[in-house]
Amino acid sequence: MGIAYTSLDTTKLSTAEVYAHTLCEIAQEDPRIVTLTADLAKSTKIGVFQEKFPERFVNLGIAEQNMFGIAAGMAACGLIPFTCTFAIFNSCRALDQVHTDICYQNLNVKMIASHAGTSFGQAGSTHHATEDIAIMRTMANLVVLVPADGQEAAAAVRAAIEHQGPVYIRINRGFDQVVYPQGIEDFQIGKANLLKDGSDLCFIVCGSAVFSALQAARELEAEGIKARVLDMHSIKPLDKETIRKAVHDTRRIITAEDHTVVGGLGGAVAEVIAESGMGCAFRRLGIQDTFSPIGYHEDLMSIHGIDTNGLITAAREALKMDFEEDDDWADEV
Amino acid sequence: MQLSREKLIALENKAHELRRSIVDTVYHAGSGHLGGALSMIDAVTLLYYHRMNIDRANPKWPERDRFIMSKGHAGIGFVTVLADLGYIDREDLKTFNLTGSKLGIHLDATRVPGVDASTGSLGHGLSIALGMAIAARMTGKDYITYCLLGDGECNEGAVWEAAMATGSRRQTNLITLVDRNHAMLDGNTEDVMKLEPFQDKWTAFGFHAQTVNGHDFAAIDRAIGEALARKDKPSCIILDTVKGAGVDFAAGDFRWHYGAINEELAAKANESLEKYHRERVAALEGA
Repeated sequence: MGIAYTSLDTTKLSTAEVYAHTLCEIAQEDPRIVTLTADLAKSTKIGVFQEKFPERFVNLGIAEQNMFGIAAGMAACGLIPFTCTFAIFNSCRALDQVHTDICYQNLNVKMIASHAGTSFGQAGSTHHATEDIAIMRTMANLVVLVPADGQEAAAAVRAAIEHQGPVYIRINRGFDQVVYPQGIEDFQIGKANLLKDGSDLCFIVCGSAVFSALQAARELEAEGIKARVLDMHSIKPLDKETIRKAVHDTRRIITAEDHTVVGGLGGAVAEVIAESGMGCAFRRLGIQDTFSPIGYHEDLMSIHGIDTNGLITAAREALKMDFEEDDDWADEV
Repeated sequence: MQLSREKLIALENKAHELRRSIVDTVYHAGSGHLGGALSMIDAVTLLYYHRMNIDRANPKWPERDRFIMSKGHAGIGFVTVLADLGYIDREDLKTFNLTGSKLGIHLDATRVPGVDASTGSLGHGLSIALGMAIAARMTGKDYITYCLLGDGECNEGAVWEAAMATGSRRQTNLITLVDRNHAMLDGNTEDVMKLEPFQDKWTAFGFHAQTVNGHDFAAIDRAIGEALARKDKPSCIILDTVKGAGVDFAAGDFRWHYGAINEELAAKANESLEKYHRERVAALEGA
């Protein structure tokens, strides 16, 4: 598929617009692709698809449960439906339909969950999605992807179409900081992207925290601290091997996500570390089991300690924890 | 076209076989949703043995008419049809509800051939059926999707989301049927949560709504014929039924929503079914 959205496009187009244009291009070749929304065509940018393929677009009005059930029915008949609504409604309001109609039956529905985390910060917790990663990763059969920017969202859409089965793609409202100026050649479900190597500590991050981690790693480097950055875009399946390697190599792990620290990326990584038998310094950055205040996304990232400064602070603290440099874990746990 | 007397008697005989199979399956399972399985079985018999375009050799035939049993707890009734059609082994019915069986109370579409959707969480089926109907339009196929709801199920808000969308889209390749057996788990529908005026509700949501005797094959068939002929509005057929129909000790008693049957009760149930069947056939022959 010769899709060529450049970093220039991602400065002009929001993350949602990039995925929507990508979807349009693929849909030109693949008649199975259809889209649905629940009165959020403009907000989720799936209106871009509606304009091009009006006969392959369905707006169900403000009725998310119905939309996911319909998507299941369409998928059972061989179509590849993309549902487009806010992450909070996808993961909470319509969860019974997502669970039973889609995941239980392993149907080929692709869910675009937009306005994730606190990216629609001004709207308050009725519209923040700060529990969705934790909720969605418990669904059997479901792939959960959290791209970091428009380019990665486009790559996630392409990968989702190639994958047979349900996929949840979590994207932000508006523009994301560009993480992949050159695009992504090798996006694989279940495989983390190593954005920067380092041996002193490792940031394991997803979504908008990826940019924070890259910036933090660059600044830490000036202090002589070598931080590894892993873009853990695939929450499920999780790249356990790369996490274990990071624990082994750096012994200091910091996760960061625009999401509660309960059960999300941090929780998933904690499970891998605990089961590995290896000890390490470990911090989960994110929303600390509270409902977020309202505000601009950037400000909320700062409040929750998942902006660049938050990650640098956490890195310095983690570095104060002393670990032996040998491979003998027995004397440390 | 009106159903011939021969056809009606054939349907009566088939429904009788299926009712016996339901009682037998509930007996082997130890317990089951007897009431709601018996109230809907006539309509499902008419669909599968007269109306629906299916391929007995291929339950996944892409052109087949679809059937969504939205009242998923009636799986113990639906499964007897699937066994009779040969989609599953008749012997499998004896494993219903047992550990390791592919057959449980709510049928799993990924494991039971002939089941078009896994249902059980109520209020989901009509949306799934609507998705299948929309897919037919989008892919240029002319199959019909039938969806059977329970009346108590219509307490669920999601039913009305789907109804609103079906009416709004004038989705005439979807036929909605409601098993109006007037009872739910905790009591009679009008005591637990008032549904009436029920037909008016469907009319208000943009449906051509009809209420027919849900145990009268000719009446149900006429209603389906009328529904299929309507191109201006989608149809809802309210099947006025008796919960537990055919088994005298269960008929009309909400407490038989779910119940256990021992050998003695199974014998009584079968005796009652024989009488019920004889009377129905006699009525047809006398007509």
